Amino acid sequence: MEKTETKLGEARLMKGNEALAEAAIRADLDAYFGYPITPQSEVLEYLEREIPNRHGLVLQAESEIASINMIYGAAGAGARVMTSSSSPGISLMQEGISYIAAAQLPCLVVNVVRGGPGLGTIQPSQGDYFQATKGGGHGDYHLIVLAPSSVQEMADFVFDAFRLAEKYRNPAMILADGALGQMMEKVILPEEGSLPKVPTPWATTGKKNDRQHNIITSLFIQPEEMEQVNLRLQEKYKAIQSEVRYEEIQTEDAEVLLVAFGLSSRICQKTVDLAREKGIKVGLLRPITVYPYPYQRLNELANQVEFMLTVEMNAGQMVEDVRLAVEGKVPVHFIGRMGGMILSPEDILHKIESIHESQNAVNV
Amino acid sequence: MNEKLYLEDESNLGVIENYEQVYCKPGTLTDVPFHYCPGCRHSVVHKVLMEVVEELGIQEEIVGVAPVGCSVFAYHYMNIDMQEAAHGRASAVATGIKRVLPDKYVFSYQGDGDLAAIGTAETIHTVNRGEKILMIFINNGIYGMTGGQMAPTSLIGQVTSTSPYGREAAQVGNPIKIADLLCQLPGAYYVTRQAVHNPNGVRKLKKALIKSFEYQKQGKGTCFVEVVSNCPSGWKMTPVETIKYLEEQMIPMYPLGDLKVPQN
Repeated sequence: MEKTETKLGEARLMKGNEALAEAAIRADLDAYFGYPITPQSEVLEYLEREIPNRHGLVLQAESEIASINMIYGAAGAGARVMTSSSSPGISLMQEGISYIAAAQLPCLVVNVVRGGPGLGTIQPSQGDYFQATKGGGHGDYHLIVLAPSSVQEMADFVFDAFRLAEKYRNPAMILADGALGQMMEKVILPEEGSLPKVPTPWATTGKKNDRQHNIITSLFIQPEEMEQVNLRLQEKYKAIQSEVRYEEIQTEDAEVLLVAFGLSSRICQKTVDLAREKGIKVGLLRPITVYPYPYQRLNELANQVEFMLTVEMNAGQMVEDVRLAVEGKVPVHFIGRMGGMILSPEDILHKIESIHESQNAVNV
Repeated sequence: MNEKLYLEDESNLGVIENYEQVYCKPGTLTDVPFHYCPGCRHSVVHKVLMEVVEELGIQEEIVGVAPVGCSVFAYHYMNIDMQEAAHGRASAVATGIKRVLPDKYVFSYQGDGDLAAIGTAETIHTVNRGEKILMIFINNGIYGMTGGQMAPTSLIGQVTSTSPYGREAAQVGNPIKIADLLCQLPGAYYVTRQAVHNPNGVRKLKKALIKSFEYQKQGKGTCFVEVVSNCPSGWKMTPVETIKYLEEQMIPMYPLGDLKVPQN
């Protein structure tokens, strides 16, 4: 598991949104374009306050649609760029994200997810998992998606996301939620200037005499050519599978496996402790990348546990990937809450106990 | 004076000897043949724009943004760095480029559906911010690429595939004069409306484009150059008929000339 190098002695108490914004400056962000939306407006506010005194540029756009297209233009010009929003705003960006993926431009899109559908609620949710991991917009494409579960990771994953986006020339997403954005925790910020810029010979910076003109486009009107473009994209997504990251907690002897990402995984950690106090051997697998997804590791763990329980703040989205991973080897259960409601560790423990009871009843 | 001009290539057709070359296409255009319909003015605007880029010597210093519409492939013909934007978003894309490359010349090239319908918000806010870019607006009152549908700038009574009984104001509103609207914004530095249906118009467009790039170099606000244009295929007319229609119907609605000039 890769870990961002940090400089000790710089611990601060920060909101997730602000830690993320500060990390972006430290990652030598060239430009941020965004539009206010709760619960992530602190990102734009922080950058508007800090950037004029430091480096880079920030621009409040007239909409999320304009923001993502400014990102397209600036990324195409070779800049390190980021935007952030929350669920409804991310929906508005989907067309642009599809173009960015198709034109193979690196950038970072942050989704501090709130409850939906529709205008929904400003409270935290994980209801955008499908949108984030399965493409989101039109056509066959994927983002590289990192799911932080702490304020520390809100900061660290900015560096990881840029590194991956630039390595693969692919948009990356940080899939957070309203609680991670709003809550304050201790954070050790990444070292400023520790993320080198990569060369961008493909960028539109003015046609030099010694090269052909550079074109940033997603239009390949001949189907034979469009198919080749798609095949190249799929090859890239195959290569991206090697970047899968996950964390395991007490899985060595686990008979029950919890699977949860982001904020839900924080809650599940407590459930693991509560269950073990009661003598139930529960472990936790937390996908850190939700695209690429740790299918293989889950498949291995399916040989060891009695059942899995997927815990999400939605109606059951990631659970489909868990079921794909275990290939029917063990039952995969689900517990979740929606609409901005958050499960308690005890809710999850009760679910484990009730599954146990119903299994025993069957056995009798 | 050149000694020989080969027609096609050396093995073919023939050779003209002792000729004087008085004109050639600018080196800033690629050798790719235009896909535009016969009589369409896109080709002329492309050529004039690239002539200006060549004459100003800014080929290495310019980035263009192509729209969605007939000129979606503008980057095939313009031998400069270019980006292809989503429908309506060319000015937002141009904003992103200009903000990170403030020393480069940046322009968007958009049609009426792109700039004045789906991209209206981006158009107005780009100009309102006074983005230091050139927006070239080709207004032919129709959606050419999708097959001749009604545009925001289609004339009252104009028959299109989606206004088969003629455009009615009560149903779909009046033709929008977006350039006039933009003049109201302090960010608009130079707004002009031209047409390339005759040689004089071509000369005037060229001057407007040169001025716009000069203003951009000086770091002034947004320059907006509208070109009232035609669409033989969409209008279901011969190229010659489109010129007549343009003069008799389009220009009275969209009068030519400067709408806003820099205040000293």
